[in-house]
Amino acid sequence: MSALALETRSLCKNFGALLVANDIHFQLERGARHALIGPNGAGKTSFVNLVTGVLTPSSGAICLGGDEITGLTRAQRVKRGLVRTFQISALFRKLTVLENVTLAIAEREGTANDLLRPAGHHRALIEEAYDLLVPLGLASEALRPVTELAYGRQRMIEIAMALALKPKVLLLDEPAAGVPPRETGAIIETIERLPPDIAVLFIEHDMELVFRVAQRITVLVQGAVLVEGSPAQIAEDPKVRQVYLGESRH
Amino acid sequence: MTVSVSPGSLEDRKAVIDAFARRHRFKWYEAIPWVAAIASYFAFDSYHALGAQMFATILFALSLDLLIGFAGIVTLGHAAFFGVGAYAAGIMAANGWQEPLSQLLVAAVAASGVGFASGLIVLRTAGLTLLMQTLVVAALLQELANKWSSVTGGSDGLLGMKIDPIFGVFRFDLYGDTAYVYCLVVLFIGWLIARNIVYSSFGRSLTGIRENPNRMHAIGAPVDGRKIAIYTISAALAGVAGAMIAQTTALVGLNTLALSKSGELIIMLVIGGVGQLYGAFIGVPLYMIAQDRFSQIDPIFWYFWIGLFMIFVVVFARGGVLGVCGRLLERRSSR
Repeated sequence: MSALALETRSLCKNFGALLVANDIHFQLERGARHALIGPNGAGKTSFVNLVTGVLTPSSGAICLGGDEITGLTRAQRVKRGLVRTFQISALFRKLTVLENVTLAIAEREGTANDLLRPAGHHRALIEEAYDLLVPLGLASEALRPVTELAYGRQRMIEIAMALALKPKVLLLDEPAAGVPPRETGAIIETIERLPPDIAVLFIEHDMELVFRVAQRITVLVQGAVLVEGSPAQIAEDPKVRQVYLGESRH
Repeated sequence: MTVSVSPGSLEDRKAVIDAFARRHRFKWYEAIPWVAAIASYFAFDSYHALGAQMFATILFALSLDLLIGFAGIVTLGHAAFFGVGAYAAGIMAANGWQEPLSQLLVAAVAASGVGFASGLIVLRTAGLTLLMQTLVVAALLQELANKWSSVTGGSDGLLGMKIDPIFGVFRFDLYGDTAYVYCLVVLFIGWLIARNIVYSSFGRSLTGIRENPNRMHAIGAPVDGRKIAIYTISAALAGVAGAMIAQTTALVGLNTLALSKSGELIIMLVIGGVGQLYGAFIGVPLYMIAQDRFSQIDPIFWYFWIGLFMIFVVVFARGGVLGVCGRLLERRSSR
């Protein structure tokens, strides 16, 4: 078995003349806390979309735990433990918090194909969903529709749904984006408390979060890897400074 | 900020999970349509034929609600399946197979086959493209029925179908007494199936697809497969509804496949309320009774009044009758 949780080899993607992924060689260790940073338009979200199968690469390969997954559908990748969250909260907004998480568990367990028995008869799934909400502080709001919750809380549901799928690799696309500063603390804590066996790759503009959580950082510029290293190395790298100088920080 | 970690007491846990797990249980008000239907049998003695048609149309609208209301598949060609079911029953009867229940079965199989095959193609799209493609499927079938007149009777339709008594005992009579009970029983079974689907895990995942298909992909759901599955099931129910209309009116025409049939059905569903399982039970009777009344008062201009009524519903009563009732109840309980 490969020591790598996730790997991309020579990953390329272009939309006509626009190169959004330029020969990306990327490695995510098992249990890693890895940040992907870069200025706006660097291709960070495109990279996540390529890895999760929303976009099809022009060339190159993607491997999950040593197995190539380049040709698999989105759903098949999720079944193999590759799970993502979204940059803009993309929840089932009219449904309750508990239902959002239960839907994810029902997919994981395959009960969502059951059209004979009422959903309520799969009680173990509902219990599991509820128990996931408790440590995230969402249990008291389990029966409220998502849209009634504050934005920071919605970001937590996003993480709860991802965890419900029992991921091996978790891709967090700007988990703190749009969250008011006083609520980011809770999100950072949640990310820090994620089970250590999950390899986490997160895209983030909030440098406080990046430097607090990440063990390694990859800097992406114009679809290509500029540099990769430990937080200390990245903080001192002149190329990185150059990229971020003149860039308004987000 | 301080995270408000709920104590998550065991009682809370049980109460929340119970409330969530018991949503599928029957509520008292779900008996209302059935009680009303049985009472109407005795109260409106001379309207049994209209009642039978109403029940078949409710089943048709219910099958559409599964698509529009629950899976978020908006279609303008649902009459395709209704028509296929109607013609299946009609063609069987015209060729000497006059047993009604087996006709229903064949109608369901034929309509679901067409639903599955067309669903494979049209459900790849969404929005306006999907709307056009569903419309085209129905139009193609209508033209096929028109051209293939040796089997379908072409523009004359199939007239004077003969149907055997149900179980060899209950003869379809001129007053629609048998038809009334027959259609009511079939509707009841169709409703049980639809209700069961809506509250199943599969049905909940359809709601997820309606709310956010991308998110469903991201939690590993086979979105396209689920859509094709519900499209096939819905087509089968629509086919049964079409067969019932054919059997009880002893008539199948090209209008069963018409765009206006699909459009009218959407109007009925919108009047009652979409995505609430009971919209069909309110919208269809309201529409059919209004149609009956308006056309007597104003035989030439009655569609205008239906249109005006529709504008009223869309502007002032969003969510249809059920939507308005729901909001009124909410307002009362929040006081």
